[in-house]
Amino acid sequence: MAIVTPLKTAAEQALVQQFANVKAELPGGNAVRKLREDAFAGFEAKGLPHRRLESWRYTDLRGLLRDAKPLAGQPAITPEIAERLAALKLDGIRLVLVDGAFAAELSTLEGLPEGVTVNALADALVSPREDLTRILSGPGVSADDSGLMLNTALMRDGVMVEIAEGVELETPIAIVSLVSGVEEQAVYSRSVVLFGKGAKGTVVEVSEAAGPKAAQINGALVIETGDETEVQHVRIVTRHAAESVQVQSLLATVGAQARFDSFALVCNSGTVRQQHFVRYAGEHSEVGLRGVSLLGGQEHSDVTLIVDHEVPHGTSRELFKSIIGGEGTGVFQGKVIVRPHAQKTDGGMKSNALLLNDGATMFNKPELEIFADDVVCGHGATVAQIDGEQLFYLMARGLPRPQAEALVLQAFAGEAVEFVADENLRVLIMSEVEAWLGEREAHAVVSAI
Amino acid sequence: MLEIRNLVVKIADEDKQILNGLNLTVSAGEVAAIMGPNGSGKSTLSYVIAGKEDYEVLDGEILLNGENVLEMEADQRAAAGIFLAFQYPLEIPGVATMTFLKAAMNAQRKARGEAELLTPDFIKQVNAAADKLGIARDMLRRPLNVGFSGGEKKRMEILQMALLSPSMCILDETDSGLDIDALRIVAEGVNALRDKNRGFLVITHYQRLLDHIVPDTVHVMSKGRIVKTGGKDLALELEKSGYAAYGEAA
Repeated sequence: MAIVTPLKTAAEQALVQQFANVKAELPGGNAVRKLREDAFAGFEAKGLPHRRLESWRYTDLRGLLRDAKPLAGQPAITPEIAERLAALKLDGIRLVLVDGAFAAELSTLEGLPEGVTVNALADALVSPREDLTRILSGPGVSADDSGLMLNTALMRDGVMVEIAEGVELETPIAIVSLVSGVEEQAVYSRSVVLFGKGAKGTVVEVSEAAGPKAAQINGALVIETGDETEVQHVRIVTRHAAESVQVQSLLATVGAQARFDSFALVCNSGTVRQQHFVRYAGEHSEVGLRGVSLLGGQEHSDVTLIVDHEVPHGTSRELFKSIIGGEGTGVFQGKVIVRPHAQKTDGGMKSNALLLNDGATMFNKPELEIFADDVVCGHGATVAQIDGEQLFYLMARGLPRPQAEALVLQAFAGEAVEFVADENLRVLIMSEVEAWLGEREAHAVVSAI
Repeated sequence: MLEIRNLVVKIADEDKQILNGLNLTVSAGEVAAIMGPNGSGKSTLSYVIAGKEDYEVLDGEILLNGENVLEMEADQRAAAGIFLAFQYPLEIPGVATMTFLKAAMNAQRKARGEAELLTPDFIKQVNAAADKLGIARDMLRRPLNVGFSGGEKKRMEILQMALLSPSMCILDETDSGLDIDALRIVAEGVNALRDKNRGFLVITHYQRLLDHIVPDTVHVMSKGRIVKTGGKDLALELEKSGYAAYGEAA
């Protein structure tokens, strides 16, 4: 049999060259260096993820990246970045990354609550911490992913946050990642948030662009929650150039008797692939993964989940809502794995999409891999149009069609948003949703005239 | 006030014709009842007046104060004064009842060129109307109609009618699913809105509702037409004799 050596694409060849050029400069001690080398070797063998891989079937990264943009250099702190930061309605601790590099001068490091430590990831990577490579590696089910391998190889900076045992955060910790958008560039960053036993808190991730140039963004967030923790993660991806392509990985390991909830909003952001890898490290824990994607134009939002019930008595709930107009494409791939001894697992997964017009597309692929016999697991996926009966009811009360549609859509998205416990964050998310709907409504009014 | 002339209507995606040259007039201050068997086209008539899109009007006109409403979208008809109390009010999860009420009231005010309601005035109005209908405050905080009982949904419809103050009220089988106490509350709500400038079209199967909302005129509908018109005694007569005779006549 002939051995087929896949031809490398221009982007893959450029990535090989880039890694060779920068690997000596990238931060990290020997263990991290080896982690990078191994990850890149894995990437080289697999290449960029492509549509013949089941897990990347609907987001052909190899096809999308025609070239590899230059790696981001020294961050440009432009006036637009200051403007974006000023406009952000987020209370609490703010940790700012610009083009993937931690910008301490833009962050609120003074007055950190007791028991919270923050370091630049670049500094943490050179620390002698023994468990560093284990933490960075995340859940085992992420090990095969060549998009994540690329992040491991090229991650340049980010933040590492540690919340000590028993600490209850009163305000969220926000990791605000801005790309300057002055030049086309590639940004690789990773952040780590570790919650000690019994700690409670909220981590917000914001990914935005301050300038108009498209970026290739590959970000990862590692969250480890100790036993008896209560952690909420919120991610908001918005205001990116239409040609931007980004991969955002969430690597979550959840301790025993813990609660971990994640919510992600994607809108106005070109192509976004989110991948959540979640592992239960202890029993009797509850995980909720939810999100809303609002798509128009040629936008593409892929949410791919792997929830690994490794231990018994785990509960997982997933709820993802997509509203798709224009020629937008939504993807939901949710895989729930229940290992042979993970008895009494309770899993429920839902993906609901509303298509606003003929050009819109949704791919739903829920998967259950159940190897235990005493479990309750279910999934449901729907693709529909706006409910004409609801619309008529609202219009019959005097709401003009665009306003009635906006109300129905807002309510549709709201069903996932309402699981975010922090009211300020719920308001922030809904204000983004309303702004998106408002723009759509304005277009509808203009086209009606 | 409301004048319907030779209305011929079919379901938009099917060949099925539902209304076959219906004529009906409701004057200002009049309460007109329409009674008729299942499938006679009563609900279709109410939907077509309110502007539902699932129907195609093949012939005829619907005039509200001389203006042809068939040209208008549903929201414009509402702003012009038409209100349909639904037989099955829709549940809209995620939309708080108060948010919806305010949006509806302000949309109609805007369409009529009036200023938007200030929140304190709005809340005062809603609370006063809710108290009259025995609607608990916590119901107003819930998503619109979600988890409401049949009776609660109907009361919410009457609350909306009171707040929006329409000139032409259509009640589509408002009595269905109501126990006798709820029926009395709903009927009292409707009676309180009777006014010399307001017309009512009360659609029902049964005479029972008309004991509480006493009509000025009663129309019998069969096979998409009004086949007999009389006073309130006609309802009592129907209760005894049934609709069979009219099925034949149509």
